Amino acid sequence: MKETESYEEFIKGVWRDNPVFVQVLGMCPMLAVTNSAVNAIAMGMATLFVLVGSSFLVSSFRNWIPKQVRISCFIIIIATFVTIADYTLLALVPKVHKELGAFIPLIVANCLILGRQEAFASRYPTRLAVMDALGMASGFMLALLSLGAVREILGDGALFGVKLFGENFEPWVIMILPPGGFLTLGVILLFFNWFKLKKDEFLQEVAEAERSES
Amino acid sequence: MTDDAPKVAASPSSMRLVLTLAIAGLISGIAIIGIYESTLPTITANKARELREAVFKVLPGVSQMQALVNRDGELVATEKPARDEPVIYGGYDEQRNFVGYAMPAAGPGFQDTIALLYGYRPGEKIVVGMEVLESRETPGLGDKIYKDAVFVGGFSALSVEPEIVAVKKGTKSQPNEIDAITGATISSKAVVRIINETHTQWSGQLPPPGSEPSLVRMESQDAEVGQ
Repeated sequence: MKETESYEEFIKGVWRDNPVFVQVLGMCPMLAVTNSAVNAIAMGMATLFVLVGSSFLVSSFRNWIPKQVRISCFIIIIATFVTIADYTLLALVPKVHKELGAFIPLIVANCLILGRQEAFASRYPTRLAVMDALGMASGFMLALLSLGAVREILGDGALFGVKLFGENFEPWVIMILPPGGFLTLGVILLFFNWFKLKKDEFLQEVAEAERSES
Repeated sequence: MTDDAPKVAASPSSMRLVLTLAIAGLISGIAIIGIYESTLPTITANKARELREAVFKVLPGVSQMQALVNRDGELVATEKPARDEPVIYGGYDEQRNFVGYAMPAAGPGFQDTIALLYGYRPGEKIVVGMEVLESRETPGLGDKIYKDAVFVGGFSALSVEPEIVAVKKGTKSQPNEIDAITGATISSKAVVRIINETHTQWSGQLPPPGSEPSLVRMESQDAEVGQ
């Protein structure tokens, strides 16, 4: 029972309640740093680290933090993890850090992270909170990566910096410029909503069929 | 200090709120100092290595370098430049002969400040290399100022007399002209303007060719930078 419960918490973030495609949270880094797959992965990893770390701490201390100052406490915890991620990236992968620029410090303001602390980590036991954070962060990374991969392939003819097409490929430059982010995200959101609509219709049909049979 | 009353009861005292935040802030501060202190050596070493690699790149034939600053109207070698003091780098070959200067320069580009380093040989008054260190120019267009090998290669023997001029691609005819990048005219002109401005600013401070400061400290291509 326990196992399925934490699995549920994990998988809901990846697919059913995907932070980007379903909840439409964290749009700022989503649009800004997905012009290449590498940037998307780095941003996803940094967010994963911050989200899991903060969820763990917030959930562990949930009975000590008075309600009146909980948001300030969450922000202090999140900001500390963001600073740690910032310096670690700067020391280990300075090139990636340069590309991500201001968007690493801005993880503090990602509503996905504060949202999970308020809605989940501060109410549930540590184990579930960590699973929830892992799920949400993986969902976020999946979204970043799908956007980053599409934009890099179309806008640069490459994936993870490896050229995919021949010399004659004319890169569709707009895809790695800001409008490309909006276009790609729009198409993906369209797909997700269409998928949900179809699924609902299908479930309804099944229910009707079952009713007429009985 | 802690409130032993059940959590649902009256709101906790202000003292407890202040204390909670103070403790959280304290722990956070200690964590941040810890990570700062432990990553600082790597970060400074990375930056120093990047700079050294850039100097060797913009000054072909150079194997040793030293930092130079202008003190009381004279260009002197220094181990540790003061904060905010403008620094240039002197490049020397294997025989410790002076080759040229590597000049850091920065100025506004299309999006944000472009910081670059260019190699300058005062004898011939030519720019021999250019490397962009920092830029946030538009990916796919403006970033060609460092991704376009033809443009970067154009800085290999560029006369600064009377000044560098960016011309339409394919129309270069004078030694002081460089082909601008099609679709990134503003960024290419910005690079040229930054170099021209830095050159004007420094030209009065450089000693006459032949009397450049000699190499005092050794820092070869493979040496590790101790910090």
